[in-house]
Amino acid sequence: MRSRCGVRAAFAIIRINIRAVLASSEPHRRTDLTPSPRTHSMDTAAFAPAQLAVGVAVFWLSIAAASLFESERLRLVNRVLFPAAAAASLALAVIGVRAIAEPAQTLLLPLGLPGLPFHLRLDPLAGFFLFLLGIGAAGISIYAAGYFERETPQRLRLIGLQYHVFLAAMALVVLADDAYLFMVAWESMAIASYFLVTTDHRLAHIRAAGFLYLLIAHVGAIAILLCFGILQGGGGIEEYTFDALRRAELTPFWATIAFVLAFAGFGAKAGMMPLHAWLPEAHPAAPSPVSALMSGIMLKTAIYGMVRVIYDLIGNVTWQWGLTVAITGALTALFGVLYALMQHDLKRLLAYHSVENIGIILIGIGLSMVFLATGHPAAATLGLIAGLYHTLNHAVFKGLLFLGAGSILHSTGLRDLNDMGGLIRRMPATAAYFLVGALAISALPPLNGFVSEWLTFQSALQAVRLSDGVLRSLVPLIAAMLALAGALTAMCFVKVYGIAFLGQRREPRHAPHAGQHSGGDAGVLERLGMGWLALWCLVLGIFPSTVVSLLDRVAVSVMGSGLPQAALDSGWLWLVPVRAEEASYAPLIFLVTVLAVFGLTFAGVRWIWHGRLRRAPPWDCGFPEQSARMQDTADAFGQPIRWIFGPIYRIRTRAPSPEDAQPRFDLKVEDRLWYALYLPIARLVEYVSARVGWLQQGRISIYLLYSFVTLIALLLFVR
Amino acid sequence: MIDAAAIAFQIVQSIFVAATAPLLLGWVNQCRCWLQNRSGPGVLQPYYVLGRLFHKEAVLAENASPLFWATPYILFGCMWLAGGIVPVLATDLPFAPAADIIALVGVFALARVFISLAALDIGTSFGGLGARREMLVGFLAEPAMLMTLFTAAFISGSTQLTTIVESLARREFAIYPSLAFAAVAFLMVLLAENARIPVDNPATHLELTMIHEAMILEYSARHLALIEWASAIKLYAYMTIGLALFVPWGIAQGGNWPALPFALAALALKLVVAGAGLALIETVSAKFRVFRAPEFLSTAFLLAVLGMLIHFLVGQ
Amino acid sequence: MAPLSLQLVNLLAAVLLLIAFAMLSQRRVLSLIRLFAWQGAALAASTIVVAHSMSQPHLYVSAVMTIVLKVLFLPWFLHRLIDRLNVRWDVETLINIPATMLVGIGLAIFAFALATPISEMASTVTRSTLGIALASVLLSFLMMIVRRKAVPQVIGFLAMENGLFFAATSATYGMPLVVEMGVALDVLVGAFVFGIFFFHIRETFDSLDIRHMEKLKQD
Repeated sequence: MRSRCGVRAAFAIIRINIRAVLASSEPHRRTDLTPSPRTHSMDTAAFAPAQLAVGVAVFWLSIAAASLFESERLRLVNRVLFPAAAAASLALAVIGVRAIAEPAQTLLLPLGLPGLPFHLRLDPLAGFFLFLLGIGAAGISIYAAGYFERETPQRLRLIGLQYHVFLAAMALVVLADDAYLFMVAWESMAIASYFLVTTDHRLAHIRAAGFLYLLIAHVGAIAILLCFGILQGGGGIEEYTFDALRRAELTPFWATIAFVLAFAGFGAKAGMMPLHAWLPEAHPAAPSPVSALMSGIMLKTAIYGMVRVIYDLIGNVTWQWGLTVAITGALTALFGVLYALMQHDLKRLLAYHSVENIGIILIGIGLSMVFLATGHPAAATLGLIAGLYHTLNHAVFKGLLFLGAGSILHSTGLRDLNDMGGLIRRMPATAAYFLVGALAISALPPLNGFVSEWLTFQSALQAVRLSDGVLRSLVPLIAAMLALAGALTAMCFVKVYGIAFLGQRREPRHAPHAGQHSGGDAGVLERLGMGWLALWCLVLGIFPSTVVSLLDRVAVSVMGSGLPQAALDSGWLWLVPVRAEEASYAPLIFLVTVLAVFGLTFAGVRWIWHGRLRRAPPWDCGFPEQSARMQDTADAFGQPIRWIFGPIYRIRTRAPSPEDAQPRFDLKVEDRLWYALYLPIARLVEYVSARVGWLQQGRISIYLLYSFVTLIALLLFVR
Repeated sequence: MIDAAAIAFQIVQSIFVAATAPLLLGWVNQCRCWLQNRSGPGVLQPYYVLGRLFHKEAVLAENASPLFWATPYILFGCMWLAGGIVPVLATDLPFAPAADIIALVGVFALARVFISLAALDIGTSFGGLGARREMLVGFLAEPAMLMTLFTAAFISGSTQLTTIVESLARREFAIYPSLAFAAVAFLMVLLAENARIPVDNPATHLELTMIHEAMILEYSARHLALIEWASAIKLYAYMTIGLALFVPWGIAQGGNWPALPFALAALALKLVVAGAGLALIETVSAKFRVFRAPEFLSTAFLLAVLGMLIHFLVGQ
Repeated sequence: MAPLSLQLVNLLAAVLLLIAFAMLSQRRVLSLIRLFAWQGAALAASTIVVAHSMSQPHLYVSAVMTIVLKVLFLPWFLHRLIDRLNVRWDVETLINIPATMLVGIGLAIFAFALATPISEMASTVTRSTLGIALASVLLSFLMMIVRRKAVPQVIGFLAMENGLFFAATSATYGMPLVVEMGVALDVLVGAFVFGIFFFHIRETFDSLDIRHMEKLKQD
């Protein structure tokens, strides 16, 4: 109970901070780049966000080290370290919000390479992502404290270590201000998460998933590294600071190469099609809080990297890049949701939805790039805000949904939707939180997912401003694909929620996973974690204009221009993207109206007529033999989609013949891209390595000869 | 900014919509009867049905969760909100900016998700069948609807329904090919979304064909009454959205109260014609197989997208 | 030109494009012929509107020619043909309509992109419909590519000519009358030749499925 009060209090502090920030910086919102004396003097005395943010990262690292002292008697990790990490996350969120309103701060750490100490910088963009990290990590860490309760100390030591290194690495990725620190943090993040994914490394398929993840993460990292190399253009080591990269003048050709490398590199981490293949393998393999962390937050660091490198470091975006990003995003969104509809493993399904949501984010960012390049800064701001808003939303609701999946797994040992059913009666609290997450991801008002999709649509509607006819007609087509993806998401989550939580309990066809299963609802800490994220789903949905005015500052710092003044003057109740006459949305009025009508009708019906109620067996058109096996399964629910979109899947079915004594129906839906793209590449690599293998003769003297020849060649080269 | 008269009018309009929605349904049914050479039960029949249902004792399945009994109220609340946003009589609706056309589509989607979830709640085979088909219709109808509305939004430069109506009604007469496409697409969406014939049959209980009815089989008494009432309001809202977009003349402009009686007469006339037209469409067309419905709706989607393209490409 | 007539032309252009899309998605031969007739009617109507508002009397002649040839004669001829060939109720089974439609939309955008610079050079008031004309040509071409039966292919060919005709009207208020007469004659002769060919194809292969023509390659 006390911890819940603490969370409430922390939440109140954040709200107050947001308000204070808005109030304090209202007069100089267009001059964020020049420090204002008032805020500056206020903060240097009490508050230095950059130092504090680094402090949080260091604190996380020390928690990671402390995890090693875990023992059976202490239960250190669960009782102390995870809650402490959650508290630190809250602090980080507050720091992030403060940083959004303030001019950029830099910090130099006396670590790193000679000539290139670690540069850190906390500007509004970094602040926003720290806020996201803080909000998400707070809920997930509290949940993890409950979730890992029954783990052995040996495993907990490693989980605690990797988990907190992972958190710290993500914070440092966002804070880094030179390419070296960025890559160090980026790789630590990849490796920590790899070990977390392979927590159950005794299972072969989990090792395989981890390997795939590591492989694609490194292909991406190489692309990012090459991108930095191009931006740097062959100067000394001290030229690797982001400031130097920003100053670099690139020809359009090299700029485009750098863009492609950055887009592919970060896209691989984000799970953009066609580099998404690791995502549906790695997310289900990891323990649920880790899946939540990876899907909710780690993917977002890739979005951060994309915005940072493309807008900030490369600069001079062209509309071709924007269109590439937006179209890739639209295709990714559709692809993700269509494959999600085919899944019956809950965590795999959620992983495919991460692919979809990354697509939606990319649509927003791509549209923003198109508008920026064609000289419509207000529309560009709107697109960027839509993308970033969705980034935050996805962190919150996808975290929540993965945590819910974890609770189901803990309670029942089930992951296959076809084995679940009627969970709402056994796990009412989890069901309630999961419903919030499901409605939010389905982009239904008044929750948060709707706001960001609404903003994305609004930015697509700015297409009228474009002068080029083709571009103008492509943008609404992208919006059409987004609409389709959104509606399909709703269908998918009706399926998930309806099959898992509603209906009658099904008898599992597969034995539940090993371990003890309570069969009851989630524990207090787990509920607290889910409740925290569910609360944010609601808050971000109900008070969008507050969030948008924060994001506007981020956009100003990234692009130098923000939303029109008319949009910001509209008050906290109304969300107005451009002008009040053009579009507006007030979720609070929306919610209050529906709830008021709900209440009035509920009372009115009882007052005018009566409230008599009788419980009886289900009617079902009078059919008495109804059993749980007659309900729709997850596969049955997706059948119409399989039928309509058949060509994009690789489907293998085995239907029984009329004479079968033991009729069986098998269905396997696989990713076409895996067979069309990944396997050929794998075969090519195997072929090449078999050829290269010829070099390995197995004789020491030959190997020595190689070294000798190399040495001679190098000596000749440096002569 | 918001004066009391406007707020009063807002509330009056919401009540007006909720109160007259069953009448429209009754009129459509009556027209259908006439067209099929039957005498018909009279236009007030839906009210009698609602009254009877409210009087009955509610029966709930033993394993129904709270979601099941809450859904009718949520549904009713959503439709009430939709009815309050659409400029039915006048454009001076202070709460209309709370939800623009995208949010309006969102309201309908919210209602659809809840009714589908409720259908799955009891765990009967019919419920699952209905929910699956409803989502199948919904996932194509929703984008088509959105694209239709986008065409109007592009023409009038706003996604506010009230602003759209004002700008469309005030402009000088012009033929918009894009709007014509959008109108056809909208009509198709209207048929699909309101469970009318060729997509669904509101009067059937044949398991091979039913969609909407399959979902609400387990409901009774006041819950069923609220759902029926909500569907009536939904039909009313869809019709008035269509009228507002494609025949906006006659709706009283902001602050022009004396024009209200005229607006009322215009609305009555338009709804009478539209209701009869709907009955005619339902009489002359045959119901599709369920799997023809996606084709029907993707045609609607395509039409709406084409309309939008033509707006941009021909350039008015 | 009065704005109303321009709007009418735009509307008819939109109808033309719509019919082109409808033809792309129509599986039945009979409905295809009907759509073709409607396309001719829309074409004739737009020609008349242009002729009236721009006082181009020779366009009346081509409008009348369109009506006689494309609305009345060719549909009648095609009806007779499918009766004689006994393919009246033929249904094309193997076309993926949504995918074709997506390609079609892409083609339409491409056509507009292509037509924008050209239509800026043209001096006519109706030039904005050039993109639509080009789009319907490309769509008809696409229709010919995806069809496997002979009769729909011919209808695609004729529809393509409709698009060309419309392009001429919108870009230059029609070609000289002599050229138009010649084109009309070509279409007429073409249709007859096709008709004769159909019978030969069927005699040779017992079917109008043009996939059978692949067999000819090996001879």
